[in-house]
Amino acid sequence: MSSPILAISGLTKRYRRGSRTIAAVDDISFHIEPGETLALAGPSGSGKSTIARLVLRLIEPDAGHIEFEGGDFLSLNGAVLRARRAHLQMVFQDPLAAFNPRASVARVLDDPLRIHGIAARSERPRRIAALLERVGLSADLAARAIHEISGGQRQRIAIARAIATNPSLIVLDEAVSALDVSVRRQILQLLLDLQRQERIAYLFISHDLGVISAIAHHVVILDAGRVAESGNARTVIGAPQSAIGKALVAAAPKLNRTSTQGAADRQ
Amino acid sequence: MTALLSIRDLTVTYRRDGSEVAALKHVSLDVAAGERFAIIGESGSGKSTLALAIAGLLPGSSKVGGSIVWKLPNLRSPHSFAPPSVLPDISPTRGEIGSSVAGTPPAALEIGESGNDSAISPQVGEMSGRTEGGATDRQPASLRDHTPLGGRDIGFVFQDPSASLDPVMAVGEQVAEVAHTHLGLTWSQSYAKAKTLLERVRLPDPDAALRAYPHQLSGGQKQRVAIAAAIAAGPKLLIADEATSALDTIVQAEIVALIRQLVAEDGMTLLFVSHDIALAAELAERIAVFRHGELVELGATAQIIASPRHAYTRALLDAHLGLDTEPLLQQAGASR
Amino acid sequence: MNPLRRFLRAREAVAGAIILVALFAMALTASLFFPGDPQAIAGPALLPPFQDWSLPLGTDRLGRDVMAELFHGAGTSLVVGLAAAAAALAVGAIVGTLAGFAGGLVDEVLMRITDAFQTVPSFLLALAFVSIVGPSLGVVVTAIALGAWTGPARVARAEVLSIRERDFVAGARVIGMHPLEIAFREVLPNALPPVLALSSVIVAAAILTEAALSFLGLGDPNRVTWGGMIAEGRAVLRTAPFLSIIPGVALVLTVLGVYLAGEGVVETTAVRRSLS
Repeated sequence: MSSPILAISGLTKRYRRGSRTIAAVDDISFHIEPGETLALAGPSGSGKSTIARLVLRLIEPDAGHIEFEGGDFLSLNGAVLRARRAHLQMVFQDPLAAFNPRASVARVLDDPLRIHGIAARSERPRRIAALLERVGLSADLAARAIHEISGGQRQRIAIARAIATNPSLIVLDEAVSALDVSVRRQILQLLLDLQRQERIAYLFISHDLGVISAIAHHVVILDAGRVAESGNARTVIGAPQSAIGKALVAAAPKLNRTSTQGAADRQ
Repeated sequence: MTALLSIRDLTVTYRRDGSEVAALKHVSLDVAAGERFAIIGESGSGKSTLALAIAGLLPGSSKVGGSIVWKLPNLRSPHSFAPPSVLPDISPTRGEIGSSVAGTPPAALEIGESGNDSAISPQVGEMSGRTEGGATDRQPASLRDHTPLGGRDIGFVFQDPSASLDPVMAVGEQVAEVAHTHLGLTWSQSYAKAKTLLERVRLPDPDAALRAYPHQLSGGQKQRVAIAAAIAAGPKLLIADEATSALDTIVQAEIVALIRQLVAEDGMTLLFVSHDIALAAELAERIAVFRHGELVELGATAQIIASPRHAYTRALLDAHLGLDTEPLLQQAGASR
Repeated sequence: MNPLRRFLRAREAVAGAIILVALFAMALTASLFFPGDPQAIAGPALLPPFQDWSLPLGTDRLGRDVMAELFHGAGTSLVVGLAAAAAALAVGAIVGTLAGFAGGLVDEVLMRITDAFQTVPSFLLALAFVSIVGPSLGVVVTAIALGAWTGPARVARAEVLSIRERDFVAGARVIGMHPLEIAFREVLPNALPPVLALSSVIVAAAILTEAALSFLGLGDPNRVTWGGMIAEGRAVLRTAPFLSIIPGVALVLTVLGVYLAGEGVVETTAVRRSLS
């Protein structure tokens, strides 16, 4: 057994709302092995996105530990933290909001290569073309502006930017929720291919159990900032034990493609 | 089955940066009175344009061809045309939206100069009053009063309830305003009606909700308020345009159940616009599949799901990721 | 192409632009048409306008060519107005961005300094600054900018506060971008449009402030200024009112032109922003 790529324990984040203090994330612990996908599931307000932001150090926790690649991630600061960020990337839900509205595709992909000194200036255009190809896009796209390309293409660009620095973990915050169903499936396939090739671990955040059961190894179901249940994704989704797990499974739209449901309804 | 509305050869084009983009191309379909009808498609399919066209809410810059003909069985006399704040007023003068009355004597309807519109038979064969290529502003004023009115005859629920509710008006007032405007009730009657409606959409505490402002409610609760406002005037047709897409799965299931119940109780016709074919299949009796502005396939839900005729419908069904779908990930290698 | 056409359709904006173009032409051709020192004596004193066609606008008390002074003064007004506005906008945008992006103590300190500058009337500030340091073109520009940067700073800060919460800023942090680069390369360019919308008002105000300083004798003594010309004419206001009226009208037209053209630009770009 290898050591986990990410281990968080006792993670807590409280917000003040008026005079009350609400724990958005309340004593959460889980870990992710290299090359595996752990999904965080739960209704809105269950703390999924807060955990993503805590893991990425976009916000600071009130309590708990985050161990990333075997070291204390919360103790890092300044230049050391920025350098370590190369290994921990993120893909956002809305691919349009995730990029500077003035940026071109080339600039978006150039930034991580430049910041982390991955390639010399003269070599970067070739690297960018290679990245575009890795995510199934044409290299010509580099010259385009972000707002000119389609939503599916943008999300591929977001993935290209995330893998530019050879990360060991990518946080995907509802990364496929805003996409059309056919595009969604292609993006999930791309993520799985990258995981297989590069042994990237994913922290996959979604409220959609259908998507989670399609790509996750493990699932943590959250309810009001706490872990309701966790375990192997197929096992948990197949037979949820917690009330929220059961509600999520019951609420997922089901396609019964062989039955004649609806016909009886019509009479 | 009597049709509530007949759409014939509907074409909608938007002008964008000097070029014309066709959002809908020669769409013809009938919506039966009292049915639950789903329009599904991906982004750019024209599904929302169709919903807006039916509601008469297309932007003024769009060009409309073809016809949408209504057959409202018991058209009420108009009360007031002050546009409610929640639901933008319908403007039937854009495009050609005719109206005819089935089941009531023709005398009940005053027809202006273009009396031929009343001659349309409920079965709808040939459109007598039909024009091609963007008929605008040619609806006579007297006829306008008898075309369906947004808020009164059509309830519209938008995707984003935070955008469709007025942030500085108590939600009770927003619901009451619709009843006041369209039902001719006094304000105190309207508030009583609003309270009943908020109970009907099962807001946890209707009395408190009457005085609440949108920001004090959750996304699901706001959508319940939007639905209450949409059905306040007892519309014949309820249009839900991606009404559950911004909500999480659990709330989505609750809202879908609520819509199903309200539609059944009030005998409304439902037009459910969605990108999610599985969700649409759970709710609708018939499904119309759109792609790139064209109607690809139309049929009973069971037929569309079990034996789709068009390759695109099949592709949409295959792309669905349900709990019962074979996972993309091979679980064999996974262990902890 | 489209914004230009929309700009040209707005009549007020075109009128403003024409005035500005005329003003620039005057400033650029001043030494061509009126070579040599405009402050040199050119003819008899107090010659009324339209009498002698070699001195079309007449002469002042010392016999200086009013037309030549007007042309050379245009340059001063433009240079001071544009330079002061540019300095005010640059300082304001930088201070506002730093305050809004850094937050906490930096924000507190920078905004209290902004408050301090804002509570002192900007004209008094300019007056005091020039009287202490001594009048020269650079000092006048600095003095005017000192009182004008606070507005842009507040607007920039407010804009930055909303932009810094957006996903793309989080995205820039995730890829390890340095905070200063995020502030000035990612956030600031997106915060600029509303700040630049202030520029027409600031340029117009700067031109007026410069004229007022010169009127009080605190302008650069080596340059002709319209404010100085008005002050010059004041002594003979009864007998030769044209000496004050001509530069006064020039000043009014300039401020009007700057304002109209500036508003036109803001409006056309605003339409384009809301469309996209």
